[in-house]
Amino acid sequence: MSEDIQTYSATAESGNVYERRSRWAKIKLAARKSPYTARFGITVILIYVLVALLAPLLAPYGEAQVFPAPYEPWSSTHFFGTDQIGRDIFSRMIYGARNTVGIAVATTLLSFLIGGSLGLAAAIDRRWIDQIFSRSVDVLMAIPSLIFALVLLSIFGSTVLNLIIIIAVLDATRVFRLTRSVAVNVVVMDYVEAAKLRGEGLGWVMRREILPNILPPLIAEFGLRFCFVFLTIAALSFLGVGIQPPTADWGSMVRENANLLQFAQYDLRAGLTPLLPAAAIALLTVAVNFVVDWFLHKTSGLRDEQ
Amino acid sequence: MSNKAQKGDVLLDIKSLEIEGFSDEKWHEIIKGVDLTLRRGEVMGLIGESGAGKSTLGLAAMGYTQPGCRITGGSINFDGVNLAQMSDEQMRGYWGNRMTYVAQSAAASFNPAHRLIEQTTSSTIRFGIKEKAEAHKDAHVLYAALNLPDPTNIGDRYPHQVSGGQLQRVMTAMAMSPRPDLIIFDEPTTALDVTTQVEVLSSMRAIVEEFNTAAIYITHDLAVVAQMADVIKVLRYGEEVEEAATRQMLKSPKQDYTKSLWSVRALQKEEHTATDSIMSLRGIDAAYGTAKVLFDVDIDVPKGSTVAVVGESGSGKSTTARVITGLLPQSAGSVVFDGDALPERLADRTKEQKRRIQMIYQMADTAMNPRQTVRDIIGRPLEFYLGVRGKANTERVIELLEMIELNADFLERLPAELSGGQKQRICIARALAANPEFIICDEVTSALDQIVQEGILKLLLRLQSELGLTYMFITHDISTVKAIADQVVVMNEGRVVEQGSKTEVFQPPHPAYTELLLSSVPEMDPDWLTNLNAARNR
Repeated sequence: MSEDIQTYSATAESGNVYERRSRWAKIKLAARKSPYTARFGITVILIYVLVALLAPLLAPYGEAQVFPAPYEPWSSTHFFGTDQIGRDIFSRMIYGARNTVGIAVATTLLSFLIGGSLGLAAAIDRRWIDQIFSRSVDVLMAIPSLIFALVLLSIFGSTVLNLIIIIAVLDATRVFRLTRSVAVNVVVMDYVEAAKLRGEGLGWVMRREILPNILPPLIAEFGLRFCFVFLTIAALSFLGVGIQPPTADWGSMVRENANLLQFAQYDLRAGLTPLLPAAAIALLTVAVNFVVDWFLHKTSGLRDEQ
Repeated sequence: MSNKAQKGDVLLDIKSLEIEGFSDEKWHEIIKGVDLTLRRGEVMGLIGESGAGKSTLGLAAMGYTQPGCRITGGSINFDGVNLAQMSDEQMRGYWGNRMTYVAQSAAASFNPAHRLIEQTTSSTIRFGIKEKAEAHKDAHVLYAALNLPDPTNIGDRYPHQVSGGQLQRVMTAMAMSPRPDLIIFDEPTTALDVTTQVEVLSSMRAIVEEFNTAAIYITHDLAVVAQMADVIKVLRYGEEVEEAATRQMLKSPKQDYTKSLWSVRALQKEEHTATDSIMSLRGIDAAYGTAKVLFDVDIDVPKGSTVAVVGESGSGKSTTARVITGLLPQSAGSVVFDGDALPERLADRTKEQKRRIQMIYQMADTAMNPRQTVRDIIGRPLEFYLGVRGKANTERVIELLEMIELNADFLERLPAELSGGQKQRICIARALAANPEFIICDEVTSALDQIVQEGILKLLLRLQSELGLTYMFITHDISTVKAIADQVVVMNEGRVVEQGSKTEVFQPPHPAYTELLLSSVPEMDPDWLTNLNAARNR
């Protein structure tokens, strides 16, 4: 057959219809199509982050600054009144954002570092590494984590560092399970085999070949785990073994001012005071969940109804 | 069913149909004004490369559009009604009743929880065409007509209890059961081995003829369409290139594009004889766990030549490749590369040994990390094996891209932004980046359209002559073997059946298995299947 009828050229082959967009353009496009719940969630999270970062500038008084009058009612000098030893509750709320959220983020990051790397290693080496890690995780998960955390904290003492490490390790079990289960689907791909054939080490295969491909579910899980960690810390603080005074923290603030609830019949606003930190916790949890829902929907590959 | 219908009446009449698909935030034209006329009892072959719109058109003939697609113009006239204007609710009276569909992957299309006969007859019973007992009896007749073993009992099995070829035939029986006016076959044999394909094609053709059903047969395999179709329509970029009766189309295609499709199979490599072997397998046995899959395999690969390993799925071709690469350590025997026995386990091999043997995979889609750009994919072996970094790395990547007939524009693209052929080219470049001497090509062209296949084969041949590469080419496609091989190894059930130069192996007399394999490869002759069946029945 003659050559001249060949119309084929490799560069002209039609690939998928795909428009190149800058990262910024992609973000703008996603934002435009986002549901209002996600927009609400993102706005709330941004406000929390700003408050946490700018706490010393925003708070009218210091974190542990004590005023002579305890249980002061709401007023223009003390926006939400003062607590049992005369600290400004509004200021402590603002500092609380920094402490509670900051510790929760640090804990979640640590638990992902531990759970994620062990989960990846287990997915790649399906023999004894997988067995050892998976069975240890099963053991850890068999014990109710809040009680386990209480026991460990009373053994090692309630410092912030201990708190972070203990909750991170307990939470890492769930991260491990998720990472392992999504990574085993990627490990069987030819490109992972190609990397192994090339002679790449475990670290490269984990970081460069597998991790980028399992990131979407991990990011979603990060949001959810953050909520759980945040609630666990608040619960532990409420029980008195979490973040210790004088550090401002929403969980312990609920406990410290809890008896104000019974004054609600005399002054509604006094009764509201212990609910304020609780509401701050609830609002952030709801906001993060909204964002995670949207993100999961986006990455699930489901088409929006046209 | 309309009883008064005569063979030759127009059944389906599509006029200037336009379909758009939604992707990446925009509507794109998929079908750009195609006309199609199909008469009762006629089989039309739709051929074209992927993205030509053949599946979309096939589905549109049933009045169906995939999610994310919409019909924007034209009409689909089926036996007097315009399907383009009917709702899904109204269409449900037609689907599975007057028109049925045979999908590419039978295994993925059956419900694993129900017996085959229930699935074969469900729409027939639901539309009240036949009573249950009658429908089941009819299914047995259809199974027999489709040459399925034990037709009265095979329907009691579940989908996983029959082979892929049998399942494809059961699906044809399912499509036939309501005695539809129209069947759409969407690449029904693409996933099958050649020897199975012949049987499936014969029974499909026989049954379509017997019941005088109109059919649209979608495929990219010209030889297959030549056996099945009365009329062939060639599509490209959502437009019709040409349409003609099969014999006329095969003999004298008018358009350049069609001619180029036809010429693909003419590629033939001059046989190259070499003596000193670079790779020798000696008495290789291998097993997955306790299941032994390779038995005493001896293969010699002469330096600078191409050895094609052919066989059906499950014959041990790919396992042989896994032994060579060290992914599956052999249980007996040795792999000798360039005079030295290679360590069995990949982990025990040196970086240099790994560099000299590279592999190209069948599915370029899964062989490239979807999150890495072309620059990273090709650049990594350069950096890893040869320590080429930074600007020199980029320059070399561009050089490699030009070697595979692409250019620097592709540097920052992700695999999802490439066509099938381009992806496979990038995989070739990644293998070349390591400066290898021996490349294992595992079915590298089988997932590609024919024109693209030809381009890849030509590229591989050119690279071989320029760089003196040695290929081990694993394939089940005999025309690919003719195009690229010097030596041929025929494998069956984990053993080497025949081995020798291409001319030797293709020249009779053959061992029985080679004979079966060679004779099952469809040829571009509309009488091939008829003649073959006549010869085999004799």
